[in-house]
Amino acid sequence: MIMATVGEKVFEKSILKKVKPAPWRDPPLVENKRSFHWVTEKICGIVESKTPTWWWWCFITALCVASFTGMGLVYLVSTGVGVWGNNNPVNWGWAIVNFVFWIGIGHAGTLISAVLCLLKQKWRTSINRASEAMTVFAVLCAGIFPLFHVGRVWFAWWLFPLPNANAIWPQFRSPLEWDVFAVSTYATVSILFWYMGMIPDLAVIRDRAKETWRKYFYGILSMGWRNANNHWRNFEMAYLILAGLSTPLVLSVHTIVSFDFAVANLPGWHTTIFPPYFVAGAIFSGFGMVLTLLLPLRALFGLHDLITQNHIDNICKITLATGSMVGYAYSMEFFIAWYGANSYEGFAFINRAFGNYWWAYWIMISCNVISPQLFWFKAIRNNTPLVWIISIFVNIGMWFERFVIANTTLSRDFLPSSWGYYSPSIVDIFTFVGTFGFFSVLFLLFIRFLPLMPMAEIKMVMPQADPHGGKH
Amino acid sequence: MSKVMEIKYGISATFNTAKDIFEAAGKVREKGYTNWECYTPMPIHGLDGQMGYSRSKVPCFTLAGGVTGFFTGMLIVWYMNAFDYPLIVGGKPYFSPIYPFPVFYELTILFAAFGTLFGMFFLNRLPRHNHPVFEHKAFGRTGDDKFMIVIEVEDPLFDDEETESFLKKLGGKSVAVISEPID
Repeated sequence: MIMATVGEKVFEKSILKKVKPAPWRDPPLVENKRSFHWVTEKICGIVESKTPTWWWWCFITALCVASFTGMGLVYLVSTGVGVWGNNNPVNWGWAIVNFVFWIGIGHAGTLISAVLCLLKQKWRTSINRASEAMTVFAVLCAGIFPLFHVGRVWFAWWLFPLPNANAIWPQFRSPLEWDVFAVSTYATVSILFWYMGMIPDLAVIRDRAKETWRKYFYGILSMGWRNANNHWRNFEMAYLILAGLSTPLVLSVHTIVSFDFAVANLPGWHTTIFPPYFVAGAIFSGFGMVLTLLLPLRALFGLHDLITQNHIDNICKITLATGSMVGYAYSMEFFIAWYGANSYEGFAFINRAFGNYWWAYWIMISCNVISPQLFWFKAIRNNTPLVWIISIFVNIGMWFERFVIANTTLSRDFLPSSWGYYSPSIVDIFTFVGTFGFFSVLFLLFIRFLPLMPMAEIKMVMPQADPHGGKH
Repeated sequence: MSKVMEIKYGISATFNTAKDIFEAAGKVREKGYTNWECYTPMPIHGLDGQMGYSRSKVPCFTLAGGVTGFFTGMLIVWYMNAFDYPLIVGGKPYFSPIYPFPVFYELTILFAAFGTLFGMFFLNRLPRHNHPVFEHKAFGRTGDDKFMIVIEVEDPLFDDEETESFLKKLGGKSVAVISEPID
């Protein structure tokens, strides 16, 4: 036992007996002791094999659904923003709801690829590529709404600091302008990170390619990557730095999105809890979407050895943790509304739960707070179809969260004379539903033409990649 | 058709496991070779040290990008809202480093990310679509499950027979000469 002496007194440094930790074996990241070659064949095989029939059916359906957005937007631009349900006092309507919803979905992709990378969570390797793709496509869907919400979409470029005929510049004190910078930076950095991670895998497909178009397509995209250790050295450093840059970025993006609300002097919006609450909600919704997308892919392509039950368990646990944070934020909002003794704030929250949009509030609570609590149980986490259904509930709940925040406050203004009830128009509904089609089109193209999983990263966490045979 | 001339690039040896190439790399370095490279399907932990590589220089590009981004942000806000068209909004000062901070913050990250990616490309001398190692018939396997060491002709210690037998002694399989065809 270690002893320390101070003056003449003798102290025992530790009062607890030494405990021998129980042996802990991490579950394998790739099951069934697969070889490197198996991983290459499996992942390249998805891209190289003949296009499956189900893919064509999904693709055609997705294109049809995506056309809803196209038609909705054409009608909007040719007629005017009046075709949406937005009207006084609710001028934000579905546009902002859908924007925040899609941006939030994107956040889990960055969390998996960046934050979990910094935290050395090796299980992220098999799911990070698809999640990053989800991020990029979700941000593209999100961008549509504010772009068309400005009314005259052909002037949307005025949002950027570019000289225009009026000789005036953007106003940098506005959170909406910060949002322009945050979202466009987020989209750009997500694409860079996604693309850079893909370069070595594109090179593998290039080297296996038989057809000329493949050689050119993957050859150009892979930039002449040649697996040299010097390449890997700079690549790994760049990857780590991009992860380090994406982490504060992802936190800032939803913080700034929440500023759109929180900087406004409106009851129910003007609270300091918004940034962390929005970030937790975004990660929650994004992990819901990761499950929604990856569980079918795992079944369709037989990826059970790469996306193991342990992966699903981990995703479920993060969903549970962030869902509980969101639930905590809901209750804390109520507490502060009461404790802050501001009558407008108090009214806004009573109205949220029991007022004109009570139904939306309770859909939100049941989907976001109650449904993820089921993930406490192992039996439920092991039941893949049920996990998938809960993930759908999470998506629905998080859409309603944004709906509740944006609409309950605006529809019950300070003056009862200006109160109103917002309902979406059919154009709103079609435009929003169409974005799921747009997202699916992009995602289907991704799984058909680009490596679905990062092969090099998966190989890196396999036991064979360790040159010391597990001993350090 | 005229006979294609070939220029010798180097000698390659293939290894089957990460452990094998790790040990072989250490020996190649000890022998004193300088112009050589390992080709592996994934980054191998500790191989940089084994090959005597220093730390990657990518962070310098990130820093340069980040600093540029931060001051670009400041410059555009100052120029647009305080100099070119002073705009009074909410009684706030024309320029302050505080209120538009999100703009500086985002531009710092944006430029740093570009610096990182292009720094990586620059340091790796990419894009470069032709390279002598691509002439090796089984080069594609280095992206799959094989590990390869290539010692270049350029190396001062390079000697046709000696280098070949040295690579064979290290346990390298299918030791072969890589040549680049020229017109």
